[in-house]
Amino acid sequence: MANVTSTAAEPERLQLLRVLGPAHIWALGVGIVLVGEYMGWNFSVGKGGMIAGLIACWVAGLLYTCVAMIDSEVTSTVAAAGGQYAQAKHIVGPLMAFNVGLFLVMAYTMLEAANAITVGFLLDTVAGLQGHTGLNQQPFIILAIMFLAWLNYRGVLATLTFNLVITAIAFLAIITLFISVQFGASNVPLDFSAITSDPLPYGWVGIVASLHFGLWYYLGIEGTCQAAEEVRSPARSLPYGTMAGIMTLLIAATMTWYVCSGLIPWEYLGQAGTPLFDAARVTGSTSLMILLFVGTTFATLASANGCINDASRAWFSMGRDRYLPSWFGAVHPVYRTPYRSIVFLVPIALIFALGAPLDQVVTFSILSGLLGYTFMTFNMVMFRNKWPLDTIKRGYVHPFHPLPTIVLLILCSTAYFAVFLGYGTQLSAMMCFYIVASLWFHFRRYQFVRRGDQFTMPWPKPVGY
Amino acid sequence: MDTWNYLEYAAWALSALFGVLMLIDLVRIDTTYDNELLISSREGEIEATAERHEI
Repeated sequence: MANVTSTAAEPERLQLLRVLGPAHIWALGVGIVLVGEYMGWNFSVGKGGMIAGLIACWVAGLLYTCVAMIDSEVTSTVAAAGGQYAQAKHIVGPLMAFNVGLFLVMAYTMLEAANAITVGFLLDTVAGLQGHTGLNQQPFIILAIMFLAWLNYRGVLATLTFNLVITAIAFLAIITLFISVQFGASNVPLDFSAITSDPLPYGWVGIVASLHFGLWYYLGIEGTCQAAEEVRSPARSLPYGTMAGIMTLLIAATMTWYVCSGLIPWEYLGQAGTPLFDAARVTGSTSLMILLFVGTTFATLASANGCINDASRAWFSMGRDRYLPSWFGAVHPVYRTPYRSIVFLVPIALIFALGAPLDQVVTFSILSGLLGYTFMTFNMVMFRNKWPLDTIKRGYVHPFHPLPTIVLLILCSTAYFAVFLGYGTQLSAMMCFYIVASLWFHFRRYQFVRRGDQFTMPWPKPVGY
Repeated sequence: MDTWNYLEYAAWALSALFGVLMLIDLVRIDTTYDNELLISSREGEIEATAERHEI
């Protein structure tokens, strides 16, 4: 056994390994999200037309810039696995922390399942192009989840280095497509005439409705802080990685909208399964087609990989604090990963990947994410009130407080309304689920929590206490 | 039987392999090490020694 923390006064302890740098944080955040550029975002164009798609792209970008700034400040001080769960525990309280932990696990596990479904769909498409019909997608869906879970089980450094490589390739594929089209590599010229001829086909409500799918461009960037306990310098690496990540995504999102909207008529784009891949097919270039197929596959795998990493850290943290059975709070003595949590979440991801429709899985993920963003707004206000700037050293201080918080709350409210327009039943059902889970935690589980042990940050007392 | 059929079988086999590898290792670790050591991780322990959050 190696690297066990031990002192003369205290028994030896196993900890997660601090081996990651800012590039791994970037790979974790962008890796989870970039699949949203390759698919899903384009339904926003279907909901409201080309202009609505662009507005959704930038409004959601503003929402997530607020998320990234707020997250960077708080997580540079709460450098613990579990990310927003640990933030909620220290700043708000146990019941909020339990709910935030569930939001995280559900959001990432559902997204992982959605990515696995997409891998199966992609291979089915390729098999179909080669003349093979009736491909059984199940073994490929299962293989994607099992391989990535195994990789996560074996160590965080290899996992996120793998994510760094495939995410970088997927991002470069988007840039290559953009530059190629700009320099005339496409057989079909860019055409934006629909902006003037059919600007808002469903009126202003189309813009609001499109916001639901605009979230796809950036959904999951907040996952960077799950690695807080495994980075060498959390106060520096987490803000760097997160802010670089959101900048990357803003560039990639705008390029994606530009290329796809220019090459594919909005009526078709709004229903496409793989818009960037389809745009590459429209260009008539075989090499671009292959590149974007590789990009789509890599983006999907990177997302599932990051989701396994994040969901297992959140589950592990809750187990470690006895919010869940302590069995889940175990660290592998050799690989230094939360190995029991990783293995436990595999069958849950498989059940959703093999048994639930893609749109339901994705909606569940988006709603859980939205609940998490809403929590961030009052978490930030409470953090600044309880521990003002002159009481705790921060790795990053976000500007214009409380403006980003207010903007985030307004945009979250708008996004709830947008989701309600299309998935009101799911929204209500999910709220019921979290209420029941909260009741279980309050009346049954909280008695097992070690109340003193869970607050470990060496912070001063909050103002007013 | 074409290449895709063989790939399906290969995917099943690899999925089982990765699953078995994880389960065997999990059982081996759980039976080799004391559970108190395995769940001994504490949040923020390294952070507490590295930074004191003093201005």
